[in-house]
Amino acid sequence: MADIAFLALAVITIGSAIAALEMRSLIYGSIALMGSLGGIAGFFLLLDAPFVALFQLAVYVGSIAVLILFTVMLVKRELIFKKIEDKRRKFAGIGLMLLIMVSLGAVFIDSGIKTITTDEPPVDFRDIGTDFVTYYWPALILMGLILASTVTGALVLARRVDVEDGQRAN
Amino acid sequence: MANELIDFTLVSIALLGIGIYGLAVKRNFIRMLFAIEIIINAANLNLVAFGRFIPDSGGQTLALFSIAIAAAEVAVGLSLIIVAYRMYQNIDIADFRSLKG
Repeated sequence: MADIAFLALAVITIGSAIAALEMRSLIYGSIALMGSLGGIAGFFLLLDAPFVALFQLAVYVGSIAVLILFTVMLVKRELIFKKIEDKRRKFAGIGLMLLIMVSLGAVFIDSGIKTITTDEPPVDFRDIGTDFVTYYWPALILMGLILASTVTGALVLARRVDVEDGQRAN
Repeated sequence: MANELIDFTLVSIALLGIGIYGLAVKRNFIRMLFAIEIIINAANLNLVAFGRFIPDSGGQTLALFSIAIAAAEVAVGLSLIIVAYRMYQNIDIADFRSLKG
């Protein structure tokens, strides 16, 4: 059975995930998304994975959420507070969400993983470092190259051509 | 450990459902990116939870890779939002129809 910390984290994570999608203001929405990502980091701590939890805090809460906030600030103020959604699709979307939750939940509860518990000690984070530099080193190098190329691609995409030509745009 | 694997899996399923709802209903580009982030986090939670209960270090390693790739994906997605906003002065995806035949 789950303990108090787990239940509190579940409420925070799921509640702020709903708030991130449903709040009228995009700024408050992105702050709620930050709360949801922080809740996931808390789950990683509960799962004895402190290294992944700190990575999650540094990458998601620290950089991605701030990047999203800055992008929201570049958008016109009317658009930040305007709710853009398909009214007709709303009930269908809620139905789809409930269908996925109930059917997948029923399958998982009915399956054998309900009885899985463990008494074994958690994985040491030194093992993760060893994994990275021994078995996964080609993937690590590839990941570095992908990160560098995507960030360069993002910069090229978001570049303003008119400023480069020497004309100040208003 | 007091928590069982099924608890984490159920939270992950709930987050997946919320993310799919957001992708289906919202037409705001930035909110759809939020929904994608929520789905990716549900997947990461599953990876780490199964890695804890097997136990095996592969789950955490894959979760770290997934977080790094998600960071790259968000950078590209946000720059696409900026480009589309500059072209259409809007973030409603129903307005982005220049590729429509």
